[in-house]
Amino acid sequence: MPVYRIEIGRRNEQLGAAFDDALRLQLREAGLVELKHLRSSRLFFLEGVLTRPEAEQIAHGLLVDAVTELAVVLGEDEQPTCNPVEISVEVHPKPGVMDPVAESTLAELRAEGHAVDLVRTARRYVLTGLVRGDDVLAAVTRVLANDCIEQVVLGTAGVRPAPKPPVFDFELRHVRMRDLDDAGLQTLSRDGHLFLSLDEMCAIQQHFRDLDRDPTDIELEMLAQTWSEHCVHKTLKSAIVYRGAPMGAVADQSSPVEIRYENLLKDTIARATEELIADGRGPECLSVFVDNAGVIAFDDDFGIAFKVETHNHPSAIEPYGGAATGVGGCVRDVMGCGLGARPIANTNIFCVAPSDWPQDVLPKGVLHPRRILRGIVGGVSDYGNRMGIPTVNGAVCFDPRYLGNPLVYVGCVGLIPRDKVQKAARVGDLVLLIGGRTGRDGIHGATFSSAELTDTHADEFSHAVQIGNAITEKRCLDAILQARDHESGCLYTAITDCGAGGLSSAVGEMGEETGAVVDLENVPLKYAGLRYDEIWISEAQERMVLAVPPANIDRIMEIMRREEVEATVIGTFGSDDTAAARLIIRYGGIVVGDLDMRFLHHGLPKRERIAEWRPEMAERQSAGGGAGVSPAGETLERLKSLLHWPTVASKEWIIRQYDHEVQGGSVVKPLGGPGNGPGDAAVLRPRLDSARGIAIGCGNAAHLSDVDPYWTAVASIDEALRNVVAVGGDPARTAILDNFCWGSCDESRRLGAIVRACQGCYDAAKAYGVPFISGKDSLNNEFALHAADIDDLLEVMGRYAERDQRDFPDGRRVFEVTARRVRQNSRLSIPGTLLISAVSLIDDVGTCVTSDLKQPGNQIYLVGGLPRINYSPAEAAVVHAAVADAIKRGLVAACHDSSDGGWLVAVAEMAIAGDRGVELTVSDTSRIAPFAECRAAYLVETADPRGFETLLNERNVSFDRIGLVRDDQSFTWGDQAAALAELRAAWAS
Amino acid sequence: MSQTNVLILRAAGTNCDLETQHAWELAGARAERVHLRRLIEQPRLLDEYQIVTLPGGFSYGDDIAAGRIFAAQLQRHLIEQLRAFIDADKLVLGICNGFQILVRAGLLPNPQRVEGAEPEGGNGAVCTVTDNDPPGFQDRWVTLFAHDSPCVFTEPNRIYEMPIAHGEGRVVFSNGKSLERIIEDGQNALCYVPPGVPPDEAVTMANEITWLGGRDKSPTGAASYNPNGSHADIAGLCDPTGRVLGLMPHPERFVTRTQHPSWTSQPKREAGDGLAMFQQAVKYFQ
Repeated sequence: MPVYRIEIGRRNEQLGAAFDDALRLQLREAGLVELKHLRSSRLFFLEGVLTRPEAEQIAHGLLVDAVTELAVVLGEDEQPTCNPVEISVEVHPKPGVMDPVAESTLAELRAEGHAVDLVRTARRYVLTGLVRGDDVLAAVTRVLANDCIEQVVLGTAGVRPAPKPPVFDFELRHVRMRDLDDAGLQTLSRDGHLFLSLDEMCAIQQHFRDLDRDPTDIELEMLAQTWSEHCVHKTLKSAIVYRGAPMGAVADQSSPVEIRYENLLKDTIARATEELIADGRGPECLSVFVDNAGVIAFDDDFGIAFKVETHNHPSAIEPYGGAATGVGGCVRDVMGCGLGARPIANTNIFCVAPSDWPQDVLPKGVLHPRRILRGIVGGVSDYGNRMGIPTVNGAVCFDPRYLGNPLVYVGCVGLIPRDKVQKAARVGDLVLLIGGRTGRDGIHGATFSSAELTDTHADEFSHAVQIGNAITEKRCLDAILQARDHESGCLYTAITDCGAGGLSSAVGEMGEETGAVVDLENVPLKYAGLRYDEIWISEAQERMVLAVPPANIDRIMEIMRREEVEATVIGTFGSDDTAAARLIIRYGGIVVGDLDMRFLHHGLPKRERIAEWRPEMAERQSAGGGAGVSPAGETLERLKSLLHWPTVASKEWIIRQYDHEVQGGSVVKPLGGPGNGPGDAAVLRPRLDSARGIAIGCGNAAHLSDVDPYWTAVASIDEALRNVVAVGGDPARTAILDNFCWGSCDESRRLGAIVRACQGCYDAAKAYGVPFISGKDSLNNEFALHAADIDDLLEVMGRYAERDQRDFPDGRRVFEVTARRVRQNSRLSIPGTLLISAVSLIDDVGTCVTSDLKQPGNQIYLVGGLPRINYSPAEAAVVHAAVADAIKRGLVAACHDSSDGGWLVAVAEMAIAGDRGVELTVSDTSRIAPFAECRAAYLVETADPRGFETLLNERNVSFDRIGLVRDDQSFTWGDQAAALAELRAAWAS
Repeated sequence: MSQTNVLILRAAGTNCDLETQHAWELAGARAERVHLRRLIEQPRLLDEYQIVTLPGGFSYGDDIAAGRIFAAQLQRHLIEQLRAFIDADKLVLGICNGFQILVRAGLLPNPQRVEGAEPEGGNGAVCTVTDNDPPGFQDRWVTLFAHDSPCVFTEPNRIYEMPIAHGEGRVVFSNGKSLERIIEDGQNALCYVPPGVPPDEAVTMANEITWLGGRDKSPTGAASYNPNGSHADIAGLCDPTGRVLGLMPHPERFVTRTQHPSWTSQPKREAGDGLAMFQQAVKYFQ
């Protein structure tokens, strides 16, 4: 069958020069210093019953933009021309990797009547300059491609047909485990990538001994997935005996306590929610912890669903694809929440190592932090933008310890009719699989994410990394909403997404009560050759499972056809066994798996574990009031250096890549005011016909984990709450989500840290009156280092600690503790990181305030301000309520929360946003030092000082009048002055 | 007074259809979302509408190029019907991806033919919408100036603020002759101008238009008022009749005051600038 290669390049050097130049600079940065010029082009390969004139016609009719581009068509084994002074490199997706452009092109060509069998795409770079082919190959592989999903070829891969996938011969395989000893079980767990502990393997062995047979491979895989840390959160749900320092604002940390938790999660985070609901505090909760997302009431008709996920391990290996599929998965969680919510906003928080990390000191298997950040931003923006979901809120945190394990948090908010929050598949309902086809991609994702990373993971788990196709998911969304809102009522009884664990998890969860029978040969495949167990556990993207009563199947299939969504019935809910719900998996009529749902979901042996904690790093003496005092006369210089600090500095380069306004609901944007300064929470109007809104914010105080994770939790909740209150959110109607990212919790000390964080969550949620509605954890965020890499790594980390000493005074001590641990166990673990996301209700978005300074002559106040640890959350709650009340009463012209860098940084941000100068009248000896980290602190601009002060005095909230808005562009502090432009330049660069 | 009916044509990857529908409804029209497949199956549906809108999004993933596959389907199945629709004194509005589709389908700028204005070996196209310069997707607010043009949707010499959100919004002409002809006929309905420029100055600037637009008059790059390097600062094009408008910025994202990035520091106003475009179109039928 003929094959053609169509190369599409630019007609004119000027067009697209900027794009190629950006790539050239990236390669130069990576070491190709002599590179003079780079020209990129796109390649299409067509296979089918095609004549050359037909291929030419396709090239010029469909593939080329006649104004800007030219096409060159080559037939089989014809060589592309290359100037001898040029070096050519081609980047081809590896077989089986998702290629959305190829899929769309194939569909369009077939619709046009061309007999095309296969379309592949690739890209080509032609370089000139004094560069060697091998160096080019290495640099392109490192910078412009990813050899985990792509193949880079020096010269050309030629014009040849694609290799055909091997054929799969069915063979039912059992895993001999009944007669294995402990060592044998452990080997089986490790070599099979099951990541199960010995007692878990023993429980499975016993189950099958009782059944008098060995498990099939698919049964064992399914148990490993269902029981993975990723799916069942067994660490946080285990019984834990905590021994160590007392928790909370307790003066005496030296006399240890012992506390027993039957189920850590239930006894802390879930308990806070239950108690708040019982007390009638917080927003009206419609669904908590049981579904893919938590749901609170929005108005009489709708609820707000919110879910936050992490996609850390895939993003470490393939940042773009990992982050994009992270977004896709979280959005599907919301689409599969209840009977389906419509996604209305995305959030994202990234934790990475500093971008200026030296290029030549990267442990084996680690991508450069800048490459990682660029990739994840690209993935998040591409997926969200294509889905038409505004990305409205986020943050980036920098710490060298995220080098091997960057964190990628992605959140999604949805709008769901209140009568569609509950779901339950019924016996007899059909199992309908919709969306993308199933391939070998993503196999072992759930178990992979439950393990620590090593340098060989990129090879061993390359199939766990995937590329998404947002349009397939958008099609599913369009179809699902029509089926949900059908005139004859919702056409399905339950829905869930295929996330980690694929069909195995989705059908396993939906059929927990009913059981199910599935015929795997009916699952549509991307290519031939998949084994039955691969079909079952594949985590191929953009798939959802619906439970459809047989009477509705024709109507729902018609909707799927109209919306161009592939949909296939692959089984039935319910099994014939009346004694127990069973999951029966068949392939070609042969039973390949038969599991008791009770064992699958409740057979996991419950563990009891010991957790310990004693403070390793005492709180700084100077924390709170005296911290960060700078020598006289240098305050504004220090301010400039803090504005330039990566954590504080402008994120405009990221924010502009996100469509944060699609759907038209945007009210408070990530950058606002005449000066485009940083805001606090995002505000949205989910219904265009209503003035009601929601505020979305986040808090992350990971830097406190080294001191005390208890206060990390309290501080993260405080920050998330400050975010939403500062724009006009109602603290009494705010819900929060927890996302723990931690290192390995096998150590009792690490577990002790988590226990303290969970207890902090409980105490703060109760004090603030904010229920948790959903949560997720990602443990084992560690990177196993080669001994040879350790010295260099620690040297660089030491340099950062030294350099950042002034802005991050804990840095040196953190480094010392880290260095000791790395030398002990050759692992680099992330700081315990707890992201708190908050959603808050707003009755009328017209009352919202923003951070930009408004009116010359207005007074500026510092309100609240408690020490960074050892304070009373109840006292903080009073501050939040007072500020919210002042905003509601119209007393506030601008408001900003005091966060990283201290309150003077916040004032500078308000000035930048409002494009207005400020005159500060306080001194370094005032109540709170300008660069001190503190809690429950706000900066407020008011035109009514008397009214504002009266309100604060009534509530017993402490405050300082710190200055006023100037009518010019200067920023003054006592006798020091800086031009606003200088501050902006420091912040923006 | 009869109701104006608007057909919002959507396909896989269209994602601004709901807010576009809302904008039309605020302007007093009745708007319905119809899938491209359905219109291909029943082209006579068009008879029930006075306005067709192609909203923003990433139709078919913008795979191959923005709007390419959607446009190919229009050309194959509906181009004659759409030409007849426009000839019947009806209106077509393409926003962002919709603009890209209209250009690729040949409905914009659709100039009066000029000898020698076509690129060598091309397919007759004189203009395209291509990758931004500087490259990459950008969401930010821009200021637009409406020329005195035949365009039905705009008020001559009016300044509009609204956001852009695109990665392929650079309007490029194959040669100077084609561009001159477009400007001569007033088809460059909307152009980017620096923020805060009063209308009379904007007129002067617009008259000084050069091949590369005003980019030599202000800093280039991400901070330029022309966000994507469009030739002659063009943000929107109409056809010679003025009844077809395509524009990269999103008027449907500025119909109420709280959508403006600085609304909290501005005096209260009734509506956003974008709403006026929808209202103008509805007025055309009254």
